[in-house]
Amino acid sequence: MGELAIELKGIDKSFGLVHANKDINLKVRKGTIHGIIGENGAGKSTLMSILYGFYQADRGEILVDGRAIDIRDPNTAITAGIGMVHQHFMLVENFTVLENVMLGAEESWILNAGISKARAELKRLEREYALDVNPDAVIEELPVGLQQRVEILKALYRKADILILDEPTGVLTPAEADHLFRILEQLKAQGKTIILITHKLREIMAITDEVSVMRRGEMVATRETAKTSVEELAELMVGRRVLLRVEKGEAHPGDVKLSVKNLTVRDSRGVTMVDDVSFELRAGEIVGIAGVAGNGQSELLEAISGIRRAVSGNVHLGGEAIDVTGHADPAELRRRGLAHVPEDRHHVGLVLKFEESENAILGYHDDPKYRKGFVLDIDAIRADAEANIQKYDIRPPNARLKTANFSGGNQQKIVLAREMERDPDVLIIGQPTRGVDVGAIEFIHKRIIEMRDQGKAVLLVSVELDEIRALSDRILVMFAGRVVGERKPDASEGDLGLLMAGVEGPKEAAE
Amino acid sequence: MDYFQLFLELAQSTVRLSTPLILAALAGLFTERAGVFDIGLEGKMLGGAFAAGCVAFVAQSAMAGLLAAVVVSVLLSLVHGFASITQRGNQIVSGVAINFIVAGSTVILGEAWFRQGGRTPALAEGARFQVIQLPFAEELRGVPLLGPIYADLISGHQALTYLAFLMVPASWWILYRTRFGLRLRAVGENPGAVDTAGISVIWMRYRAVICCGILCGIAGAYLSLAANAGWTKGMTAGKGYIALAALIFAKWKPVPVMFACLLFGFLDAFAIRYQSTPLPLIGKVPVQLMQALPYILTVILLAGFIGKAIPPRAGGVPYVKER
Repeated sequence: MGELAIELKGIDKSFGLVHANKDINLKVRKGTIHGIIGENGAGKSTLMSILYGFYQADRGEILVDGRAIDIRDPNTAITAGIGMVHQHFMLVENFTVLENVMLGAEESWILNAGISKARAELKRLEREYALDVNPDAVIEELPVGLQQRVEILKALYRKADILILDEPTGVLTPAEADHLFRILEQLKAQGKTIILITHKLREIMAITDEVSVMRRGEMVATRETAKTSVEELAELMVGRRVLLRVEKGEAHPGDVKLSVKNLTVRDSRGVTMVDDVSFELRAGEIVGIAGVAGNGQSELLEAISGIRRAVSGNVHLGGEAIDVTGHADPAELRRRGLAHVPEDRHHVGLVLKFEESENAILGYHDDPKYRKGFVLDIDAIRADAEANIQKYDIRPPNARLKTANFSGGNQQKIVLAREMERDPDVLIIGQPTRGVDVGAIEFIHKRIIEMRDQGKAVLLVSVELDEIRALSDRILVMFAGRVVGERKPDASEGDLGLLMAGVEGPKEAAE
Repeated sequence: MDYFQLFLELAQSTVRLSTPLILAALAGLFTERAGVFDIGLEGKMLGGAFAAGCVAFVAQSAMAGLLAAVVVSVLLSLVHGFASITQRGNQIVSGVAINFIVAGSTVILGEAWFRQGGRTPALAEGARFQVIQLPFAEELRGVPLLGPIYADLISGHQALTYLAFLMVPASWWILYRTRFGLRLRAVGENPGAVDTAGISVIWMRYRAVICCGILCGIAGAYLSLAANAGWTKGMTAGKGYIALAALIFAKWKPVPVMFACLLFGFLDAFAIRYQSTPLPLIGKVPVQLMQALPYILTVILLAGFIGKAIPPRAGGVPYVKER
């Protein structure tokens, strides 16, 4: 064992009710690349933000180079030689590269004195690490790969010896990612310590010396990369969870209700999130889309439900085309029998400040049965809401309560009731049980199966692999925007885990 | 020569009328570039003008009045800062509240202290800012063209007017050439970047708000100690809002701010000069229309003649770190 650059002892952090880090211990050796891997929401970013002083741990101790340091703010971390490249770049977009690098490390109160020094230092770093960027370029005009390079330069300019990179390849093209890895190798050769946070197994295997696995806020294992395998890491990452059993009969698939052909979607930055995806969804079946969060599932749902415009591709709903590349209108799609339970109920699915009954008609408020002349028929709306409260066992049973005052599970039931009770042909559900308590999960799963048995076509997206396996009749796995495989629900966890990690087959894993 | 004389007259009153606008708009520039929107320029100016009028009368000193104006205006700024930075309140509501509080309380206090019906006592010459004649102004008046421009347009203003125009390059220099300016601009664009660079976002914003208070105070003192001889109720008459319009019109940049303020000042000067004189071709124009001109122009300019004015990206948004 070499010297330790970083040692974390018993780090604990909660955000309200969310226990993001539970008693974390971690040792990072000097001059190595240490990977931290785990699914989204496993607590990796929180842990690193604590190390960088952006958040304060509730408990625990941080040792840098063997000395205990109380990191209260990023300044302390910077002084201790820790630099961080954030997942969402912390750059001032209309500043130049030089201004961004200098910000917070300007040398003196007049800029001019520091500018020439910064220029010289940038030149030196450029030579040493092949990090060439035009110092006078404005950030917003640079491609993301270069923006990230500026973030690295910022850290190096502050004389960081320990560099934390949070999901650095998420926004990069494969070529840019390769270049980044070469830079990291170079930094390591110069004696820097690098902590790489990622959920991509391939990157871990390619570049790290050691790897620690996080799962649901806990540090579950640390391995030498050379002595572990993709299979082992995948299993550690996903974990052997208590299997959720759902009573489910045989599926009887009928006609094709939704067909997606060559659908491609880009996000606002122009990164391709859904890449040439095709599949069919039949009446009376549940198709589950598995994948680590951020691999295009959200964008796929948004494009099909008319919230996000696709770049190209065709989608047919019950045989009729949906204008996904043009003006698909969510209200119109609802009338045509497509119901959508959005992934993010707080921002998309509900208006938390509205009463329960108001949320219960959101998107269906044009329905004539809720209208009385020019005004809403409040009595009809409340009566409907109360019927749903009974049927879905929404608690507390009060249609006039502000939606924010319901628990996560009951909020989700409000959304489900709204969408399921319209008798749709196609039901698209994103993360049906995110932040939902166990009792409600069982109920929601039963309802989804019931919908299928009534002959509805259900498209299910979830990052919970167990849920996908328990509910789906067919599983599609998405990775980097593509559907990389289709499996039966009885496929092994390891098999699915590998697909989710973008490792195409056992052969490649052995490399 | 008639037209030249007319030009000089208009230009000189343009400069006078632009002075408080420039000071107030630069004040707004400092806080808004730091991400704190401030609709309370009007209130701070009025509060400053009132404090200046009171203290200058009691102390019989213009400088004491100026100091009082700055102190009061900075205190009001800090109230706005506390509401919008520390308490993360709505910046518009806080600004409007300050405008109302000042508009009302100055009248009440003025009446209670001086009993002159919505004004502070008229100031003697010594308690006001004096017109400064630059060297050789009289001697050079005889020089054709440049002489009168020097003597009547450049020379012959109060100290605060010169200060206002000096503040334009000074603000530019502070914003673009100092560490403080770099951080101030950054905090208005992406406070997260400032925070992760190890700089306190809160303290940066407070400092910007204090700068705003100082400049608004000076603008207020100009109104009651230089442009007039004492404070009268509501004497800012919307100048804070015009300054805000000029700031947007100038896209939050110091030198364009000066030109925008000069334009509004000119319209004002024009309206005053011609409010009872028949114009060629048009004839006599109602006074009210002339007085409304600056405001009409504001609406037209802001409605699209200036292209897209992109405000500082983090403007109006309180900084929240914890998720």
